[in-house]
This record gives sequence, C-alpha cells and structure tokens, in this order.
Amino acid sequence: MLPLGLMLLLLTAAAAAADPPGTGAPPLRGPELGFSPPVSAPLLPSQPGAEYGAPGVALARSAAEEPAGPGEEEEAGEHHHHGGGYRVVQWEWSYVQTPYIIAIWLLVASVAKILFHFSQRFTTVVPESCMLILLGLVLGGVVLIANKKQLYQLEPALFFLFLLPTIVGDAGYFMPARLFFDNLGAILTYAVVGTLWNAFCTGFCLYAAKLLGVIDERVQADLMDFLLFGALISAVDPVAVLAVFEEVHVNDTLFIIVFGESLVNDAVTVVLYKVYISFVEVGAENVQTADYFKGVASFLIVSIGGTLVGLVFAVILGFITRFTKKVRIIEPLFVFLLVYLAYLTAELFSLSAILSMTFCGIGANKYVEANISQKSRTTVKYTMKTLASIAETIIFIFLGISAVDKSKWAWDTGLVSCTLIFIFVFRAVGVIGQTWVLNRFRLVPLDKIDQVVMSYGGLRGAVAFALVVLLDGNQVKAKDYFVATTIVVVFFTVMFQGLTIKPLVKWLKVPRSTSRKPTINEEIHERAFDHILTAVEDIAGLQGYHHWRDKWEQFDKNYLSKLLLRKSVYRKSELWEAYQKINIRDAISVIDQGGNVLTSARLSLPSMASRASFPEVTNVTNYLRENGSGVCLDLQVIDNVPGAKVEEDTETHHVLAENLYKPRRRYQSHYSRHFMPLGEKERQDREVFQRNMKSRMETFKSTRYKRHKKERSLKKRRGSDAKEDSSDKPRRNVSWQDKDPVVVPVESEEDKAEHSDAEKEDDVGITFVARKAETPKQRPKSVPAALDGCQSPTAAPSSPTSGDSHLPWKGSVGSPPPCVSVEATKIIPVDLQQAWNQSISSLESISSPPAPAEPIHPRVSALSRLGGPRPASYTPPGSIGSSTSSIGAQVSQGSFGFSEKKKEDEEEEEEQVASQEMQPLMSSLRPPGPLSPPLRRNPCVYLRSLVTMPPTGSGEPHSRGPTQL
Amino acid sequence: MGSSSSSMDHIPNAEELMQETGFSAAHLLRLYERFEFLDKDQTGELRPEDFGAIGGLALNPIGDRIISAFFSPGQETVDFPSFVRVLAHFRPNGTNRTRNGTQQEPVNSRTRKLKFAFQLYDQDRDGKISRAELLQVLRAMLGIQVTEEQLQSIAERAIQEADLDRDDAISFDEFKKVQQVSPHPQTPTKETPLHPTEGGR
Repeated sequence: MLPLGLMLLLLTAAAAAADPPGTGAPPLRGPELGFSPPVSAPLLPSQPGAEYGAPGVALARSAAEEPAGPGEEEEAGEHHHHGGGYRVVQWEWSYVQTPYIIAIWLLVASVAKILFHFSQRFTTVVPESCMLILLGLVLGGVVLIANKKQLYQLEPALFFLFLLPTIVGDAGYFMPARLFFDNLGAILTYAVVGTLWNAFCTGFCLYAAKLLGVIDERVQADLMDFLLFGALISAVDPVAVLAVFEEVHVNDTLFIIVFGESLVNDAVTVVLYKVYISFVEVGAENVQTADYFKGVASFLIVSIGGTLVGLVFAVILGFITRFTKKVRIIEPLFVFLLVYLAYLTAELFSLSAILSMTFCGIGANKYVEANISQKSRTTVKYTMKTLASIAETIIFIFLGISAVDKSKWAWDTGLVSCTLIFIFVFRAVGVIGQTWVLNRFRLVPLDKIDQVVMSYGGLRGAVAFALVVLLDGNQVKAKDYFVATTIVVVFFTVMFQGLTIKPLVKWLKVPRSTSRKPTINEEIHERAFDHILTAVEDIAGLQGYHHWRDKWEQFDKNYLSKLLLRKSVYRKSELWEAYQKINIRDAISVIDQGGNVLTSARLSLPSMASRASFPEVTNVTNYLRENGSGVCLDLQVIDNVPGAKVEEDTETHHVLAENLYKPRRRYQSHYSRHFMPLGEKERQDREVFQRNMKSRMETFKSTRYKRHKKERSLKKRRGSDAKEDSSDKPRRNVSWQDKDPVVVPVESEEDKAEHSDAEKEDDVGITFVARKAETPKQRPKSVPAALDGCQSPTAAPSSPTSGDSHLPWKGSVGSPPPCVSVEATKIIPVDLQQAWNQSISSLESISSPPAPAEPIHPRVSALSRLGGPRPASYTPPGSIGSSTSSIGAQVSQGSFGFSEKKKEDEEEEEEQVASQEMQPLMSSLRPPGPLSPPLRRNPCVYLRSLVTMPPTGSGEPHSRGPTQL
Repeated sequence: MGSSSSSMDHIPNAEELMQETGFSAAHLLRLYERFEFLDKDQTGELRPEDFGAIGGLALNPIGDRIISAFFSPGQETVDFPSFVRVLAHFRPNGTNRTRNGTQQEPVNSRTRKLKFAFQLYDQDRDGKISRAELLQVLRAMLGIQVTEEQLQSIAERAIQEADLDRDDAISFDEFKKVQQVSPHPQTPTKETPLHPTEGGR
C-alpha cells in the first residue's frame, strides 16, 4: 500500500508538479484523478526552504517561480523509507503531504468561516467574500514572509476543473427553473448583448486611452490585446455574484437576471477569449474577414453545443436515476458524477462548460428529485452546498493570496483606473440601454432602481482572474499589467461594491425577497392561473409564452416524464408532491419549534413516569392552537402522508431502539442498513414471533368485525404503489404484515391509516412502515428487519402513528365517541384540559353537525385525523406514563400488541399480557365515551364527520362542506 | 396591424371600449379580427361552441370554466364589447407599475384580476369557494393522476390554510390574502400574465 501510494504520488508529481494553489481544490476530487499537486509545506516554518523543483509540465502555466517540487523530496522520502532499517516511528511526510496540505487548507477555510460568523453584527455589514479575500491577503503575506516567495496562487486549471464546477453545479441544480425561464429573454439579452457591449467598449476605449497616453508606455499592448483584456474583464462572474447577492437578498427577479446573466455569459466570454487569443497569436494584421464569421459561428456552436451537451446529460441522469431503486446509497453519486461529466464533456469539446452544467442541472432537477429518495435528496442538497461553499471560500482566499505575489504583476495606475472607470460606466450604460429595449417587451418592467442594482451588481471575479493568469506571457506582452489590473478590478468589485451594495439596496428600497415557500394555495392557484392564461392566449389567438409553456408541459408529460420518471412517481401529480412537501415542511417546523416538547413527550415511556412533560404538552397544544389549524392538520398528516419522512421520527425511533431492549436488539441495528442474510437466530426469532402473533391474532379476530372487501381492494391498489418504493428495503418491511390482513380489522379508520401509509416512501419510514402494512406481499422475509425499527413496544414513538389508528378502531366497536377522545380526556390532567379544549374547539368549527352518520368509510382524509387522533397522538405518551391507570397501561399494551407486533423476542411475555388485556381494553374504553361531555365528544364528532364521506365511487365525496354551511 | 385603421369603423363603440378597457386601437382591432374569426356564423356574437372550437382550449383542463366566464349568467352569447371587457382583465398592468398591486380602478387591476380568477372557482357565485368547488377545480387540473382522497387532503389543506373565518370556505378576501402573502413576482397571476393585447407577437 505504501509503495503504491508513493508511486502514485510520484506519478502525479511528475505530471502536475508545480501546482500548489491547487491544494485547495483537489480534495474535492483531485487526488483520485491524479491531479494532486504535491507541495512542499509552506506554512510550516520549519520548512521554509522547501525544495524548488522544475516547473510543472502540463498544468503550471504560471509556474515559473513556483515551488514545484516535491520531486526530489519524494525521492528522498522513498529512499528514506526503504533505505534504513526498521524504525519504530517513521516520518512519512512525503507520503501524506498532498492530502495533508489540502485538508489543512480546507480546515483553515472552514474555520475562517466560523470565525467570521461569530460576530453577528459584523457579518451583516461585511460580506463574507470580503473577509475571505482579506484573510487570503493576510495568509499570502505570511507565506510570502516565511518563504520569500509566493507558493500559492489560484491556479486556473484547478479553478476551472474543480472549484468552478462545484459552484456552478450547485447553482444549476438548484436554479429556480421557472423563474429562470420566465426571465430568459432578459437574461439572454444581458448575457450576450451586454457582455459583447462591455467587452468591445472596454477594449476599444482602453486602446484609445493608450493612444491618448493615459496608459503608460510600458504597457506593451495593441488593439487586440486590449480587446482580449476587455473580453475577459467584462464578464460578470457567477461566483462573485452568488457570494454577494446571496447575502443581499434582493428580489428574485433581480437576482435571477443578474445571476443568470453571469452564468450564461460564459459562452460569450469563452468564445471572445479564444477568438482573441487566436487573433493575438496570428497577429491582428493577418486576421481575415472569414475569421470574424468563424468567430460568430463559434459562438453559436459553443453556446448551443454546450447547452445541448448539458441537456443530453440531464436526460441520461434522469434516466439513470429511474433505476436506482435498489442502490439508493449511491444515488447522490450519480447526480454529482453526471453533472460533473456534463461540465467536463463540454470542456472536452471546448464548448461552454458552465452553460452545459447549468442546463444539465436545470433539466435534470425535476426528474432526479422525483426519482431519488428523500434521503438522497437531502444528501445531494447538502453535499452540493457544502462543496460549493468550500469551493467559494477557497476561491476567495486564494484570490487574496494570489494578490500578494508581487512577481506576478506590474502596476500601471493609468491602466487600472481607466479599466475601473470603463467597466463601471459601460456596465451602467449597457444595462440602461438594454433595459430600455427590454422594457418594451416585458410585462413587469425593470425600473430605475433595478437598473441601478444591476449595474452595480456587475461583479467581476475569479473567472476573470483565472483567464488572465492563463494568458501566455510571450504573446501578450502586457500580461503582468493585465494581471494586476484584473486583481484590482476583482477586489474593487467584490470588496467595495460587495460592501456597499447592501446599504445601497436598503437605501433604494429595492424589493427584497422573502424566503418563504409557497403555500398550497399558491401552488394550486399558480397552476390554475397558468391554465387560465394559456386559455386566454388561445382565445385571443396568440401564441405567446404561456402557449409555448403549455405545449412544453404537454410534451413533458406525455413523453419526457414517461421516459425519465419512475412509474410510481410518474403517476403522482406535482401538486400532490408539493402538498406533501409543504406538509413535511410544516411538520418539521412544528417539531423544530416545539421540538424538545414533542420529542420528550414522545420519549416518555410508560416506564419512566414523566410528569415533566405535561407543561410541555400544554405548550404544544397552545402552539398548535395559535398557529391555526393548518399546523395541527399537518402534524396529523405526517403520519399518514407518504411523505412522512420526518427525520425527527426516525430519530426518535432510533433513540428508542437504543434505549429499549438494548441487550437483545442491539446487534440487529447494525445489520439493518445492509442487506445481510438472516442469521440462524433471527430466523428462529421470526418463527417464534410469527407463531405467537398468529395466536394472538386469533384472539383478536374474535372481537373484530370482518373487514370490508372494498377496503381490501383499495389497499391493494395502494399496495402496488408502495411495493415499488419499499422494495429496496426488504428487511425493513415489517413481518407482521402477513398477519395484517387478519389484524386489520374492519375499522374504517384503521384502514384509512393504512391506505395512506401504504404510499409512504420507504426510506424514512421506519416508524410508519412498522405500523402499517405497506406491502402485503413482502412480509415473509422481512421479519427481523422490523426489529430494529419498531421494537419499541411503547406507545411513545408510535403514539402519533399507531395511536390514532388503533384507538379509534377499538372505540368503534360500538360507541360513537371513539375511545380516542375518551382517552385524551381521561389522560390529560385537569390543568391541561382547558388548553386542550381550546385547541379542539378551534379545530372543530367545521364539525358542527353532530355525528350524523358513521358509515364505515375507507376514505382517508387528512383532516380526519385532525381532531380525533391528535389527542391520542401526543398526549398519551406522557400521560400514559404518568397515569399508571389501567387504561394507560392497556393502551400502551394495545399499541404494542397491534401495530407494533414485530418484536419477536419479548412477545412471549408481552403477548400474554396483551391478549389478556385486549378485550378488557375495548370494553373498558367503550363505556367512558358517552360519559365524557363536550370535551371528548367534540373531537370525536369532528372525526366522525370527517370520516363520513361517501365511498369512492359516489359522486361528490366531499360535498359535506357546503351542505354544512 | 396599422394598415387597417379604416376597419376601426366596423367596431361598434370603438372609442368607448378603448376608454373603458384601456386597449389601444391596434389592440382592439386585432381583437376584433380574432372575434370575427371565431364567430363562424357571422352573427356578431359568440356562442360557447365557438370557443370550444379553439384547439388548445379543448385540452385545457379548466377551459370550460374560462369559456363560461365570458358569458354573463343566463346569457347564451357574448358580443364583442363583452368579449373585449373580459379580455381586458388580462391586460398587463405593468405600465402603472403595480408591484404592490395598489391601484383600484381599472379593469386590469390586481383586484379585478383576482376577482376574475376567483369567479372561475366560485361557480355558484355565492362569493365563496367551497370545498366542493375547490375540489372540482383540482380534479379538473390534476386529472387521474391523483386519487380522490389525495385531492381531498389537498383541498382540505388549502382551505385550512386560507380560511380565516373558519367557515370552511374561501371568501374573496381570503383568496386575496392568500395571494398577497407572497410578493413573489413569479408566483401566481397578475404580474406574469400575458398580454392578449400585444398583437404583433
């Protein structure tokens, strides 16, 4: 291993010898790709005189005075290593050097970020990018003093291959597609026309300034050089824009226009840059007319080609993720790889890589997000954000460091000041001119304030710097001057404008963006409005934007989605997805805000009497009440919505799993993630379990109604859905499912819960899976899996889930007021009752009609759980625990017995208890119902009224609302 | 467009309409041409079938509602002035810069646009979107992709969210509020709407 590593290191050292600045980047992907730049340790004072080797071959374009060298050092290390006799402790610096330095850099950058955010007040004033550049300057100074030479610099190759893609990938993938395309016209105009305008004007005017003598003689540059410089300095930089604008929070339209421009103008920059480079190489006088046309053609090819490459990869990515069901673990990897490949492929054909990556991200996002699991989604999101953030940090730090290197640049005041003035003026003029034209077509014109911000937001950044460093000093004589000017321009725009843009935005009262997410109403109405507008365009006989978008959506729905989306996903509607997302979000926020409350409430097991949780419960109730029923609703919805991917629940479960039955269960939790074959013991366990369950079921059955056929069929329908999802976690699927048909009694609510549960996605739902039978088919194998997830027999985690499902069901045996309410009232201490009452009544406004009918009804309405089950869902845990009343105990047992019957081990003891207690439970629960006055009646009434929707077939299932009114 | 200024004469009450709706002469003319094109029988009035003949509209999930929005209650036909008046709702109000939707009067004001949309939901015109009405729209828009119970939960949720006075229905005020919470330029309506009026495109 060691020799191998050394070999590798040597190879890379040979290939990429001098490349210290790269140190920042490779961590992302570098070392594996053989791109690791070995560097002598610059920051270690002990090694100030690290060897300097020959400049690197391929990548070190500006490596002249860079310490390339680990070559010799490597050799030395190797000798060292193999040469002497055995040593107990060896100094293997050369072996770990590269990754070590990379890691140290990353650490420095990350710690710097932490430090900046220590002072709240400070960071609100000074953008992070400024601070990072300053830090870079300081670090650069330190290195310079220590080494007498600057070892680090923002290396173009690393920048373009690793740092930039991470940022662009993140930006593209999470680009708000609709916003982007809504403003596509403006974005394209600014990006193409604006950039061209800036480039030419800056170039020509600099040349004019040179002729006028404003720029010093020493700057040896002619028209072509200046045009080249103008091209690279004129492009608005995505990294800088992102860094600054993300902190400013201007409104979305403004942001997307500036940011979109900075991404799309890449094509223009690339082409201009390349064209001018070639012109400079052949000499201005040899350029033929045809070359100009070639330039134009090249622009079209570069931009359209880049876009196409991106879209092709987007299709591939969507298609691949369609089949990753069984390998969820590497789902995120596909996303990263293909998006990155889109970038590299575009680079390969010298197309616009940024465009390619952006469109790959935009295009694939919809399908990928729908295909991959929730966990993968989170992984993708956070990984991308982390990478992008660190890449950005490194870019700015290295920009700062690069500036300290005096040998690289030469100062000319005339050039610098002229450039600064020109880019600023032409940016402003360009923006105003284009906006004037655009406003004739735009529905929402960009007003003066917008224009000011857009002009001022034209930040230059690392792209310009990397491009200027890439210049060939032999051909562009004034390279050093250009480098210096670029650094100044970048610093000026990022630091000065970055600093001042926030106050400016505030002062101008630019509409800010709010970070709120759309509500379900907005989602609905937005779609409705789209349809309306499309229709009106049709009526008016106009083939406008909405017309084409409608066409696209049709196409997407009929072909693309079919090709790129999983079948299960394809059948779901976007609105439904949005609905789920909103619910989950709300639920999470509820849990976050009342987080410990809920958790502690849930965690309080019957065994640990928890009086402490009472006040907290009150809080929750109040909280929910204050926040309107919507929130209450959500809490319930978590349970039955497939999207019940609330990590919190999983967590709770794990906590429970850890705390309970540790001795027996522990080992299983280790296996749970992997697809390990069942051990002998497990199989035994399962058998025992199944046998026990069966007998328990029998006792149960007797007390139960027969279940409805209809429900069953319904369930199957769902089942097919769920099957697919859950199949990737076979072991998670709870074994007791096979009994489930037996168990699942008759009761509409039980079934209801089941239906909805069936849809839930596998990945999170340990809790939920456990509770409901998702896939009646899979059961046999999966028994043990259930163990780790659901072993908690306690009511605690399951309380929200199992609680509502089985409780009502018990109560339903006869009496209208389901036991839910009974329990709730019974268990909740007196002091809580008022709060509880209030929350109930707030929920209840709808339920005025007193339980008119209670046909058993399979339908699930999210709301149905709203009133009734909620009490059961969180109050019980705490209350149960405290009130050791028989009911409490029974309830917990009951839940254990039914929904959580997957514990195989303890079933022995518990089962007996359970089976004994089941019947008493039912009977005991029933009587209290009628007794309990309004308090308990309300929820149940509500519940009933919700439940009582006519079965699927019947025409107007939900017309109940209006009639009540 | 400009060439046929003479045909302005054909349009009844052109001046008044322009005043009322804010359409320019060119816009009005173009709309008139369109109107005549749709009016296959040359009766000077459009019947629902005429609208139904428009290709794209047949595919539109809520096309029926939009068509019926052109007809005032009890009427079987719509004449040109009414036609234009309805379309005037969709005139962009960008010219008067309505980021905050401040102006009240004109037919293309934010409120009027919202009202128009609201009435597409509110089929029984009782000033409220009941759950059933919302469900109908949802059902139309979502088609078969979603099961009935999913629809219901969505509708339920939407009503819960918007319903401030707890009458289990969304009144116009509530409807308006829902839309106003978001100053999002890109979210629904009025800011992004089309311009049936921009003839040339």
